[in-house]
Amino acid sequence: MGEARVIAVASGKGGTGKTTVATNLARVYAAQGRAVQYLDCDVEEPNGHIFLKPRIDRREEVTVDVPEVDAAKCTGCGECGKICQYSAIVCIQDQVLTFEPLCHSCGGCWLVCPVDAIEKKPLRIGEIETGAAGDVGFVSGRLEIGTVRTPSLIASVKQHVNSDGIAILDVPPGTSCPVVTALRGVDFVVLVTEPTPFGLNDLKLAVDLAREMGLPFGVVINREGIGNRDVETYCQTEKIDIIARLPDDRRIAEAYSSGKMIVDALGEYRDRFLTIQNYLEQARK
Amino acid sequence: MKIAITSAGTEMDSQVDPRFGRAAYFAIVDTETMAFEAVENANVAAAGGAGIGSAKVVIDAGAEAVLTGNCGPNAERTLRAGSIKLYIGVTGTVAEAVEGFKAGRWQEAAGPNVGSHFGTGGA
Repeated sequence: MGEARVIAVASGKGGTGKTTVATNLARVYAAQGRAVQYLDCDVEEPNGHIFLKPRIDRREEVTVDVPEVDAAKCTGCGECGKICQYSAIVCIQDQVLTFEPLCHSCGGCWLVCPVDAIEKKPLRIGEIETGAAGDVGFVSGRLEIGTVRTPSLIASVKQHVNSDGIAILDVPPGTSCPVVTALRGVDFVVLVTEPTPFGLNDLKLAVDLAREMGLPFGVVINREGIGNRDVETYCQTEKIDIIARLPDDRRIAEAYSSGKMIVDALGEYRDRFLTIQNYLEQARK
Repeated sequence: MKIAITSAGTEMDSQVDPRFGRAAYFAIVDTETMAFEAVENANVAAAGGAGIGSAKVVIDAGAEAVLTGNCGPNAERTLRAGSIKLYIGVTGTVAEAVEGFKAGRWQEAAGPNVGSHFGTGGA
């Protein structure tokens, strides 16, 4: 057992408190002089900046390659259309059509083209902001409106994880491709849930995903006091560690709604995040 | 000429399928001989690109016109590239659709009439 260095904060259900846990946890590490980064992988709706209020030093454009056909070279053989599993490129009577929103940039078309008629054209899918919020390194991806290349952008955000120090990934909700991309390769997954039937249902999905991916994980129960005890019972039965609990306190909601961090506004809850940190120091497989 | 009619079934009296990309079948009919063939549409369950794939199916089948209920932008663009005439708003049975086509009752579409993913349940 060692310290988890790259930590994902995830949940099946949206709105359980991933960003609250991720941002406050980052601040707790930083307060002890630890090198720590917060990376917002929720690129369709990033909101970590609202709480961390970072200074942005750099904005970089993220692009993916999509095919562009040189009609002068194209012989209309149709091989590109045959290999494409998404109908993003199709050959109709010697004419090749491309549909950029459907392309997954697998590169199959330009590999199979026998006359090298397909060029790689960059398509902008979003941007990444980097900067700092006090001693917390800040990275945040923002997907371009109208594009669906969420996993590609998340993979680019993760390339900003430093080779040493702690990295806390704020993962999008759910259990689909963006979440899988965000979780791949992390040392530990903190699953934030609320003790309600909705919370439990989606927690089970997230647990299934973490197990499928072979990732160690534990649970943080947020808004303890609402709902029922079924999440506790489930975790006991499944032998899942409940790392920490945050109570259902109206003052937390008030701080959240005005963009304040719990560690700043409600110092008495600071030890809850320390508890998570202490757990993570021993959590690596 | 050969025409393709989106069909819910495999018979001439099957109903016209209102979706193009995710139509169950394409009825390929020769308007001179009335020779009829029902082609199953593998794009029904496609994750994406169903309209493009379906357009390729009817073009490869040799059809010169498509009769359907609704057609989205990607399918329309692909059909246009294949110089396929597109008729939308077609209802009734396949036989009635063909009869209406021969009688000039259907109006050729100027463009797509629905957005992408119309045939997946309005998503």
